Amino acid sequence: MTDIDTLIIGGGPAGLAAAIAARETGCESVLLLERDEALGGILRQCIHTGFGLHVFKEELTGPEYAQRFIDKAAELKVPVQCGTLVLNITRERIVTAVSPAHGLQRFRAKAIVLAMGCRERTRGALMIPGWRPAGVYAAGTAQRFVNRDGWMPGKRVVILGSGDIGLIMARRMTFEGAKVLACVELMPYSSGLTRNVVQCLDDFDIPLLLSHTVVDIHGRERVEGVTVAQVDALRKPVPGTERRFDCDTLLLSVGLIPENELSKGAGVELSPATSGPQVDESLQTCVPGIFACGNVLHVHDLVDFVTLESAQAGRHAAAFARSQAISHKPVIRVRDGAGVRGVVPQSLGVERIENEVSLMFRPTAVCKDAAVCVKIDGQEVLRKKHRILTPGEMVNVTVTKDQLTGFASAHELTVEVVA
Amino acid sequence: MNDVIVIGAGVVGCAVARELSRFALRVVVMDKACDVAEGATKSNSAIVHAGHDAKPGTNKARFNVLGNALFEPLCRELGVPFQRNTSLVTAFSQESIATLEELKAQGDKSGVPGLHIVNREQVREWEPNIGRDVCAALVAPTGGICCPYELTFRLAENAAANGVSFFFNCGVQSVSRRAEGGWTVVADDGRRFETRAVVNAAGLYADELNNQVSAEKLKITPRRGEYLMIDKAYAGTFRATIFQVPSAMGKGVLVSPTVDGTLIVGPTAENIEDKTDTRTTASGLEKIRRAASLTWNDLPLSGVIATFAGLRARGDREDFVLGEASDAPGFFNAAAMESPGLTAAPAVGVWLAERIAGKLGAVKKQGFVQESGHWPVFRHMDDAARAEAILRDPAFGHIVCRCETVSEAEIRAAIRCRIGARTLDGVKRRTRAGMGRCQGGFCAPRIIAILSEELALTPEQITKFGGGSNLITTLDTRLATCGKDPESRWSRVLQSHD
Amino acid sequence: MTAREITCIGCPMGCRLSVAVEGAAVVSVDNAGCGRGVAYARQECVCPTRMVTARVTVSGRRTPLSVKTARPVPKDKIFACLERIREAHLTAPVKIGDVVVADICGTGVDVVATMNS
Repeated sequence: MTDIDTLIIGGGPAGLAAAIAARETGCESVLLLERDEALGGILRQCIHTGFGLHVFKEELTGPEYAQRFIDKAAELKVPVQCGTLVLNITRERIVTAVSPAHGLQRFRAKAIVLAMGCRERTRGALMIPGWRPAGVYAAGTAQRFVNRDGWMPGKRVVILGSGDIGLIMARRMTFEGAKVLACVELMPYSSGLTRNVVQCLDDFDIPLLLSHTVVDIHGRERVEGVTVAQVDALRKPVPGTERRFDCDTLLLSVGLIPENELSKGAGVELSPATSGPQVDESLQTCVPGIFACGNVLHVHDLVDFVTLESAQAGRHAAAFARSQAISHKPVIRVRDGAGVRGVVPQSLGVERIENEVSLMFRPTAVCKDAAVCVKIDGQEVLRKKHRILTPGEMVNVTVTKDQLTGFASAHELTVEVVA
Repeated sequence: MNDVIVIGAGVVGCAVARELSRFALRVVVMDKACDVAEGATKSNSAIVHAGHDAKPGTNKARFNVLGNALFEPLCRELGVPFQRNTSLVTAFSQESIATLEELKAQGDKSGVPGLHIVNREQVREWEPNIGRDVCAALVAPTGGICCPYELTFRLAENAAANGVSFFFNCGVQSVSRRAEGGWTVVADDGRRFETRAVVNAAGLYADELNNQVSAEKLKITPRRGEYLMIDKAYAGTFRATIFQVPSAMGKGVLVSPTVDGTLIVGPTAENIEDKTDTRTTASGLEKIRRAASLTWNDLPLSGVIATFAGLRARGDREDFVLGEASDAPGFFNAAAMESPGLTAAPAVGVWLAERIAGKLGAVKKQGFVQESGHWPVFRHMDDAARAEAILRDPAFGHIVCRCETVSEAEIRAAIRCRIGARTLDGVKRRTRAGMGRCQGGFCAPRIIAILSEELALTPEQITKFGGGSNLITTLDTRLATCGKDPESRWSRVLQSHD
Repeated sequence: MTAREITCIGCPMGCRLSVAVEGAAVVSVDNAGCGRGVAYARQECVCPTRMVTARVTVSGRRTPLSVKTARPVPKDKIFACLERIREAHLTAPVKIGDVVVADICGTGVDVVATMNS
């Protein structure tokens, strides 16, 4: 059994930022565990640009962004172990991990940062009927094939889902010589960045079929085509609107799900709205000393915000490792109000907040000229106008310590969208 | 000259082959697919039935009860999972209770042990999550669950260890009588095989083979059944296999835990024309959801991880067709093996092998290898065993499938064994890699790389399940052929058990 | 004079801009919600540019290396650049920022490595 002060699980952008922050606050005994053979996480396969606009004021590719933190971690001599998979975490913060090089290891951590990222929703989960041929892939799996293995998953592609991964892969596949026939989106709007719709679809005349879905997959051994139909207001296929696309590949970009198997094993309570752990303003879960950040906590759009959030988690985890102090100060529960889904954090210890706290959430619908309103026990403390709110872009509302004055014993804070 | 050719490498064919391998016989198994268990064996409910369903006096009833009793020792011997978790036939209306009585009487007559009927309170005590409209249930304590393709693979592996040869991608075009006695089997590619006896375990195509040699014609109709698989996060919702009493609504669907911790829900039952049509349908999946909600009121669609369909070989004689065709000496049928075919398979294997050996005058061999050695399964090990395994072979420390905790060592072993995996699905069914909630999203690229390396094939030659099911369409041929993938640098050649 | 409709990528508003182009000059931009839209329209309708990211082989390395154009290149040269990048053969070691192809397709823009080999 090895004692570690701050143990971070996951060496992607979240884990790296947390590890660096923990070290920078003076934590000597830090360890970062990563299952892949090198650090960087999903950024290793995100070879497109768009990362770092906020943090570095530069537009970097995923690998470049990751390398900044990998270099920083090396400079700070943060202990890292790659090729290591964590099998189990207990409530008492005992971590069991395996790797070829080090065998089975057990660590006793004073603080743990969960930074395991997320997985993709599958065809099975969508229950798309039809044949089950080769050639149906999650967009991220296809991205891994193309960008890390150097393989092409197919030549004629239909993409289901217009989130950023699907849009990026539309362009990537086109760049690599494939023909992308259409991007099919269930909702009446794309959940990806407008920039990606323009530069990944419009640039190549790839049609975006809004309010459509895939209702059948053809091809016994390899995909030969898909049938696409329009959907009604209830998102149900409309009979008679079916259209067939002849293709050999179907890529699915239909949702990311935080990967919390380890969290559940440790007794961490999850939020149904985010599928990630419920946390307080220091990103601590209900289990003392276990913190969460990045996509495992809630699915982000911009890696820059993952970095900022994770640095916070790393700082707090290191502080906990030092003090081992469990706060029993009263907390306010944070609730999703009208038009809001998945506010993080889900609770606030008002007296613990130093300067301010960031509340992050997704709007449930597209709204123009709306305001985000924060209320505590029914009283409005903050109102911020937005020209546009869309489910594809996470919203960040900062509440200052001053705005929370007098509410230390309040019950509930609600975030809502008002027209 | 072969002694026995077994046509069909599903659970029945492999069970027969394994039993035949106890005798000094030259046995060959052939299948048109690229692997064992590619037909109905891989797509059924995986239930080891108690035996009350079948009509007493039929082959179905007899071999169900015999097979059920053989399942536990067989699975233990081969190191494959089996749980006697009890079957409950639940009645959700007062009228259905009479059917429970009928089923009990039927089962008693067939020698099914321990059948008894319990009331609503007792069912709810046993299964707190059962549907709110439950009225009563027939309890069949010998009902169980297994993994049909893992069983089939291990039967085949053991048969191979005992000298049976397997030919895949070897569909049979014709079987004809030899003038001198015995049979000529001609494969689709023209290869000819001579044999003293034939076992027809050809699943959906058993009628076509039978009808080539016998005047007692058989017709097999494919009967499609669709299923949902539910995430193992819901493990523990039910302990027993919950059947529904057939009612005016239809046959009813089952909800059952599997030996892997997931839950299986289904099947539908639809006679179709096409013997290859294993498509799932929107209406079929909706039928399952609606019917199953009686048993599982809050059936979580958000917990579905996979859907699939299988085709039962439904014969026109209302029973299994077993034994030597009366007008075709040396041609042995194991046909029309729809439910309870899986349960019956071990017993059919023993019975048929004895008959064939008797007919051919064969003696039992010395040195029959009882069990051919299963590679260690990482997810079943405790921490001490895991530490030990990684020390011996670092590839155990490289977990390739995160969802099901499958290590690189097991994947390589599954490719290197006698009936080794050649495809992504072959690896999947031997190791469970790719069967978890991410459905191979994370591990497929790694498994393709391992298959490519082990089989000395390019990634574009690797298929999902043989034929044209290629996974990668083109390969950038300028990539270096030297320079090993760093992720597999920890693998060492596993000790072969030969 | 030609009229064009483009979607502004400045923010999620995605204003649909009506742009009048005369020869090589933008005459007017309508429907822009803010100044960024006007600036974007001027660039996009006269000389649209794009960042190009791709992957190249490095001898002795099984997996490809990611690269990017150091700055955006003219949109109509994207596929020519990709062809040229595809022909590039590198030898290790390569580090982030190393020039992989100088002045690609006469654009004055270098293609640089975005990962270390």
